[in-house]
Amino acid sequence: MLEKVLTGKKHYWMLIGGLLALMIPGIFFYVKQIQEGLAVTGMSRDVSWGLYISQFTFLVGVAASAVVVVIPYYLHNIKQFGRLVILGEFLAVSAVFMCLLFIFADMGQPFRILNVLLYPSPNSLMFWDTVALLGYLVLNLVIAWTALSAEYKGVPVPGWITPLIYLSIPWAISIHTVTAFLYAGLPGRPLWLTSIMGARFIASAFASGPSLLILLCLIVRKYTSFDPGIPQLKAVARIVIYALIINLFFIILEFFTAYYSGIPSHRHSLEYLYFGLTGNGSLVWFMRISLVLGVAGLAGLLFQSKRENTTLLTVSLIAVFFSVWLDKGLGLVVGGFIPTPFESITEYSPAITEIAVSLSIFAVGFLILTMLYKIVITIRVSNEG
Amino acid sequence: MQINRRDFLKKAGIAGVSLIAGGMLYKVFKGDDIISVTDQSNVNTRWAMLIDMKKCAGKPDCTDCIFACNKGHNVPEIADIRREIKWIWKADFESVFPENTNEYTDASVRSQNVIVACNHCENPPCVRVCPVGATWKRADGIVMMDHHRCIGCRYCMAACPYGSRSFNWKDPRRILSRNDINAEYPVRTKGVVEKCNFCAERIDTGKQPLCVEACTERAILFGNIADSGSEIRRALKGKHVLRRKAELGTNPEIYYLI
Repeated sequence: MLEKVLTGKKHYWMLIGGLLALMIPGIFFYVKQIQEGLAVTGMSRDVSWGLYISQFTFLVGVAASAVVVVIPYYLHNIKQFGRLVILGEFLAVSAVFMCLLFIFADMGQPFRILNVLLYPSPNSLMFWDTVALLGYLVLNLVIAWTALSAEYKGVPVPGWITPLIYLSIPWAISIHTVTAFLYAGLPGRPLWLTSIMGARFIASAFASGPSLLILLCLIVRKYTSFDPGIPQLKAVARIVIYALIINLFFIILEFFTAYYSGIPSHRHSLEYLYFGLTGNGSLVWFMRISLVLGVAGLAGLLFQSKRENTTLLTVSLIAVFFSVWLDKGLGLVVGGFIPTPFESITEYSPAITEIAVSLSIFAVGFLILTMLYKIVITIRVSNEG
Repeated sequence: MQINRRDFLKKAGIAGVSLIAGGMLYKVFKGDDIISVTDQSNVNTRWAMLIDMKKCAGKPDCTDCIFACNKGHNVPEIADIRREIKWIWKADFESVFPENTNEYTDASVRSQNVIVACNHCENPPCVRVCPVGATWKRADGIVMMDHHRCIGCRYCMAACPYGSRSFNWKDPRRILSRNDINAEYPVRTKGVVEKCNFCAERIDTGKQPLCVEACTERAILFGNIADSGSEIRRALKGKHVLRRKAELGTNPEIYYLI
């Protein structure tokens, strides 16, 4: 099956070439980061995690959201999701791969990363997150690859895969819960110290991840001869609507607790993120745009359901995706560090190094995704045609 | 019921793994994962520090303790405050004890300098979160760092509620001048976290920490707080002392006399 990635039309090679080109600057910047140390990033003593860990956090959500198509298909036997399941699982594979690269990029001593396995520390959530992510990567790769092989050969899916599929469902929830626990268990960071963190992570993941999956399917539909099916995509969009409403609701809950209780430490980070604190507020507009995009995306999704064309659907999904990205892939991690334990404010903005390296990692992820999708599409088109 | 060898091994394997994982989780929930945290009954050494802020305030421009520590531990001086390495330093009262400041607190008190360092917490969040065991707590309470094992993930920095940890954003060897390096103490590499170690290397040979020794005002008292007859315990008797963010339950071992 793997040989399918080696043949393709002009568009396919242009995409591959473009992604490879996008990787190049980041490689140079990363070499520089290795040589000079993380001083080449925008991170500081006070804001010690930045763009890398934010992207990691966001992408764990994208990975976990594959379960949104897995549950209806495998647990509820809704056959129409069959056309989407493998695409969802392969999206999870590439997202987890990007997560691992983002963690690696953030390490001060990346060549010591195997210490995590050499000195397993069950008291650390980071250890559990590594285990959960590696396990989830293997599960999805094995499940999707086996199912696709069966489809390719025109034989039924082997029975031994069923327990793995059932295992992958709670596993998907667990990767994102454990990622939320990374933050939600720290005593000195009031923004993160909230018990709905895990629930909010899953809600925002089920809004952003499936949005990306639908958008990818719309691209596949437009540029290849494989059609995942508009009714199927609209069904997934309904899940996005529910998840998005829950996520927006959770944001209101966070505001209520912080502002009604009036406890300064709980209010400060939210104040910094959405209104600015003592004249500092470099993230204020990003956070407000995130809210506007979230609400607008929700309205768009509600209105599009009766329409024939997919323009409003596409625009709404892009809005939802970026709404969650700004919130979780930027504000959440950085905001937790502001104000500092000394109640002072050190602001953060990513350096060119972090932006270039992040783009590189996204390029790697989308390259993997492109090749995996190429295999699926080639097989499906030849089977159907 | 028939059971063949294969099934038996499978089930035994699952049971074994669940037992081990369950045991690990149980320890985490009980808090036993942090060495000797819950049971303090048979601990006979717990190092602690009592800082007398009145004595310290007598010499507002003094940096003797900071200088002695930096020199003894090869802590580089970095101008960019965003990239500083700090083991022991001064911060104003208001930012160290925000919960003990009110709108009528004198400006002189607000801006008074307070010496801060790693609190060597009884329940150190940094130790709990480290994914490789590069930071751990000794039986005598000192929170240690292994700079050779640290992977530089900075999770401990996110976990520390006191901002006591510093990261080597660049190679400190490039900043330290060769002549100033104390050969007795290791120089760190780039990409690892460091902090005050209560001068564990000196305590173990019966000496006092460098900052204590350097202070001409005798404003810092160091000793075994588990020993009811120790000097630090006598000094604490009948006094009202502060600890940073005591409400978090970390139980800092640095006490402040105001």
